[in-house]
Amino acid sequence: MPEVRYLKAVNQALYDAMEVDDSVFVIGEDVAAAGGPFKATRGLLETFGPGRVYDAPIAEAVIAGVAVGAAMTGMRPVAEIMFMDFITLAMDQIVNQAAKARSMFGGQASLPLVIRAPHGGGLNAGPQHSQCLEAWFAHVPGLKVVCPANAADAYGLIRSAIDDPDPVIVVENKTLYAAKSELPDDPQAVPIGKATISRPGRDVTVVTYGAMVREALTAADQLTIEGVDIEVLDLRSIQPWDEAMVVSSLARTHRLVVAHEAVEAFGVGAEVVARMADVGFDELDAPIIRVGAPFAPSPFAKSLEAAYRPDASDIVRAVRRTLA
Amino acid sequence: MPIKSSSLQVLYRQMLLIRRAEERLQKLFADGDVPGFLHLSIGQEAVAVGISSVLGVADTVSSNHRGHGHALAKGVSLSGFFAEILGRADGVCRGRGGSMHVADLSIGMLGANGIVGAGMPITTGSALALKMKGAGNIAAVYFGDGALAEGVIHECFNLTSLWSLPVLFVCENNGWSEFSPTERQLATSLERLSAAFGIAFASVDGNDVVAVADQADKFVNQMRDMPSPRVIECQTTRIRGHFEGDPQDYRNKEEMSMMSERDPIARARSQLLAEGLSDVWFEQLHAEVDSEIDVALKLAKGSPEPTSDSLVADVYTPRLGVS
Repeated sequence: MPEVRYLKAVNQALYDAMEVDDSVFVIGEDVAAAGGPFKATRGLLETFGPGRVYDAPIAEAVIAGVAVGAAMTGMRPVAEIMFMDFITLAMDQIVNQAAKARSMFGGQASLPLVIRAPHGGGLNAGPQHSQCLEAWFAHVPGLKVVCPANAADAYGLIRSAIDDPDPVIVVENKTLYAAKSELPDDPQAVPIGKATISRPGRDVTVVTYGAMVREALTAADQLTIEGVDIEVLDLRSIQPWDEAMVVSSLARTHRLVVAHEAVEAFGVGAEVVARMADVGFDELDAPIIRVGAPFAPSPFAKSLEAAYRPDASDIVRAVRRTLA
Repeated sequence: MPIKSSSLQVLYRQMLLIRRAEERLQKLFADGDVPGFLHLSIGQEAVAVGISSVLGVADTVSSNHRGHGHALAKGVSLSGFFAEILGRADGVCRGRGGSMHVADLSIGMLGANGIVGAGMPITTGSALALKMKGAGNIAAVYFGDGALAEGVIHECFNLTSLWSLPVLFVCENNGWSEFSPTERQLATSLERLSAAFGIAFASVDGNDVVAVADQADKFVNQMRDMPSPRVIECQTTRIRGHFEGDPQDYRNKEEMSMMSERDPIARARSQLLAEGLSDVWFEQLHAEVDSEIDVALKLAKGSPEPTSDSLVADVYTPRLGVS
């Protein structure tokens, strides 16, 4: 199976979705002529023309508003927010309008819109270009949130997001863009809400998503040396998330670590842990441990950011604690 | 093509229907039968009716918290409208939206809105979609002068001008941003803002339904031929408070006493009388409108309150064949 960069899979998903459905269009800052700040939309303008690929001014509220209004008027917009941090400027349209329209209008309409937003640190981009804000959106009824960890899932989840009748926030980790992984010649959609076991194991379940999947797999290799066999469960979708698969993994391992790059407090991990403390209580042989960033803004200096971002060693320590 | 109904008799009837419907809501609210907040558009009916007279079903509108007239003028069912505001299961939004969220997407009514200015970005997106479809339809957005200080107006004026999107920006300038006079809220004017973005602007007497309809007709015809934005500022009068129950002690007596002179319905009635219509015609029309409202209200009041089994319905779209 050919290996491609994550970014190429994103691009391929957008291309294929636009090819099969004329109502799909792309809007964002520098997505057309420049091919996107990270080149996720490279070549779309040349293929589909300026009537379907729109370079928007730096105006996030109206970019999101265009997606909402166009979705209400029969289109399938895909909006890009250049860095997830900038999504704060689009919050009214996403949270008060897109998320609520179907419910508050009594089910009259669906809003098939996608917002792609790169998150995460690792580029020394500082406090306003590095945040992982996915938990905010997972907290809002009416939104779906996905965070693919590899090329095949990036392709498959973006195709599902564009095909979905409801608003979907696609969160892409910037440090994954250049990473290569397998993408089949005939890639398939990946259903929203389904997790996957990235590495089976019997001792401890590590629930994670996005770029932390890679760290968890590295941790698994290190722990193997110690004779510890962890199961790495990649959520892929954060809202809805695959509670059933987490429970079934926990029922095999009886120990749980939840890891994400986002700030630990009040994060996605808190929801997973709370549910497992309820529906998974009888399966637990040890306290559940979370791994996440400290409660501080993402720092700039190399030394500080390296200390700030959770990595494989943090997961290793958490796993050891559950076994202690 | 849009349905054009500029006959003053038709416009008068629509204004009267909105006025009487809101007066009934006013009473129901006072009696404790309307949950939540109620923002009445009494005094501003000529704007909604004048603008809607040149719009067709495939044109879209977005509205705001003072949006009853906009919804009814666009053609939202009267009984569904009442049922929604009363919080009943047969409301157009099944009782989940209420007064600030009346919508009927099947007729291009993209919703009232509880967030000041939020209809502008939505309308901009709707206009882009309409332009992509290429059938000559336009998107209109109603907002008050209170929305002029919101940041999104800058983004929307810029984008619609830059991309030549067919948005009709309709400002209902009633001089009040909730409880504060607009001159304490805005350092410029809508005319100057429009000029800054190169958008054609017109100011009309928003209490003269024919003036509103004529200006809307002129602009909308231009927009259908060649998509691009337009701004109409309608000078109008908020006769009631910001919300029902607002004592309005921030308004002076002089302003309050001028209201009846500026009443758009009284003015249209004078015009019709001058054109030779009789008092009998008005009596018959009023009886007919009241009867229509009685029937709709009876239906609405007969509708049950929504049950808790519908609480989480429609948060997401059900998908057949997808687990």
